[in-house]
Amino acid sequence: MSHHLVEVKDLEYAYPDGTKVLRGVSFRLTHGEAVAIVGANGAGKSTLLLQLNGCLWPQAGTVRIGDFPLNKGTLSYVRRTVGMVFQDPDDQLFMPRVYDDVAFGPLNLGLPPEEVEDRVMQALATVGAAHLKDRPPYRLSGGEKRAVAIAAVLSMSPAILVMDEPTSYLDPKTRRQLIELLKTFKHTRIIATHDLDMVLDLCSRTIVLKEGQVVADGPTLAILQNDELLHSSSLEKPLCLQGCPVCQGRKAPAD
Amino acid sequence: MATIESSLLNIGYLETLSYQQTPLHRLDPRAKLLTTLVFIIAVVSFGKYEITGLIPFMIYPVALIAVGNLPPGYLARKILLAAPFAFFIGIFNPLLDRAVLVQLGPVGLSGGWVSFASIMIRFTLTVSAALILIASTGLNAVCLALERLGAPTGFVVQLLFLYRYIFVLTDEALRLMRARSLRSFQGRGLGFKVFTYLIGQLLLRTLARAQRIHLAMRSRGFDGTIRLLRPLEFHLQDAVFFLGWSSLFLLLRWYNLPHQLGHLLTGLAP
Repeated sequence: MSHHLVEVKDLEYAYPDGTKVLRGVSFRLTHGEAVAIVGANGAGKSTLLLQLNGCLWPQAGTVRIGDFPLNKGTLSYVRRTVGMVFQDPDDQLFMPRVYDDVAFGPLNLGLPPEEVEDRVMQALATVGAAHLKDRPPYRLSGGEKRAVAIAAVLSMSPAILVMDEPTSYLDPKTRRQLIELLKTFKHTRIIATHDLDMVLDLCSRTIVLKEGQVVADGPTLAILQNDELLHSSSLEKPLCLQGCPVCQGRKAPAD
Repeated sequence: MATIESSLLNIGYLETLSYQQTPLHRLDPRAKLLTTLVFIIAVVSFGKYEITGLIPFMIYPVALIAVGNLPPGYLARKILLAAPFAFFIGIFNPLLDRAVLVQLGPVGLSGGWVSFASIMIRFTLTVSAALILIASTGLNAVCLALERLGAPTGFVVQLLFLYRYIFVLTDEALRLMRARSLRSFQGRGLGFKVFTYLIGQLLLRTLARAQRIHLAMRSRGFDGTIRLLRPLEFHLQDAVFFLGWSSLFLLLRWYNLPHQLGHLLTGLAP
């Protein structure tokens, strides 16, 4: 279906204080792709994500979601299609109860109450958080907050999921569960992250940003094995691709 | 720092109390909210020297604490916390109003002391009623009741957001304070100047967060109205609770029960 398409062309953006963050970013994603956006701090990852659903407007260039260019007229369509999971779940969970928060989007879409109820419970069940529905968000653990924040977006049935650092603040086990969950999704997924091991597990394609420009765009495995590229973009090989200090005969740090 | 932390935990405890399942907790929030309002209006509408007429109103908090399985000691501490406000409102009365009103044997009580006592009793009654409302209902349900009863949505939403983010804000403040105290030695760095920087920093962080929250809301189709989906049902027991207590309050407001009882027992004409 064509509404899973994301196309960004020559995107430029500078913050009001003049800092230029994006300098001509272009890429095109198709149906069901899982794409990682990686790069150093300040490379423009989060700014790029905010452009994808009109939280910020590009100063030059275009964003196309599905069959529509992103503009004021298509904004509500785009926001229904692109579900955005913010980095800090506290920013996203603003309603008094988990249930209200997950229902927030569907109610704003004007869906009838029974439909909202169904969607909320289904979204919560998908992330394994149905038992949390009556809890206030500030009482949840980091992993629970993250799960609920994802449910809050899923309940709007977006075709495209955009996530900013989904594995931050999570303990290893919760992180693993989240990765397994994200693997099951059929959405087009765009994930900005520093967690390159997750990228390797989850994303078939990786886009590397550096100083507001795309310096590489291709299959994840190829990019994450390119030492030179990684080094110049302030990145590092994922741990699981690095040589094991024990079995490869390298000196273990403890010696 | 410890006090911020512990008082915050205490707010959380008030919320925890509201998760209980007692006949009081099961009542419709609107019934409890309206009853509390009638109670407060009845209590504050007495004349300024009234004491005896206020005493029977104690029955309301006492009964609710018993039925709602609420910890009286905890509520008393919460009331004490707010007591200084009422104390300073009333403390000048004895100085300004020295006319002797009551003669208790050799001691003459001035009108000022009587009105001061009246203020403190009213304060205790109204604050305990409000605390019991929150502890038996939860602030969110109270807000919902407010909205259903026709309070302006803007006001209700403000209240909900305040309650949601006060925890995040205090957390943020706490981290700033902790970061400062960890790098302050012998009182250096703890001065007022640094404090003003902290406050400024907190304001900026709050603004940035508000902006992010707004973006998150817009991303999910927020258009200016908050829609809450929660059924509220007003049952017979809710009506009984509201009407029963309200008529008792009105009765106690118009008939000074201790007086009448006293007259009955001593056989004196009014």
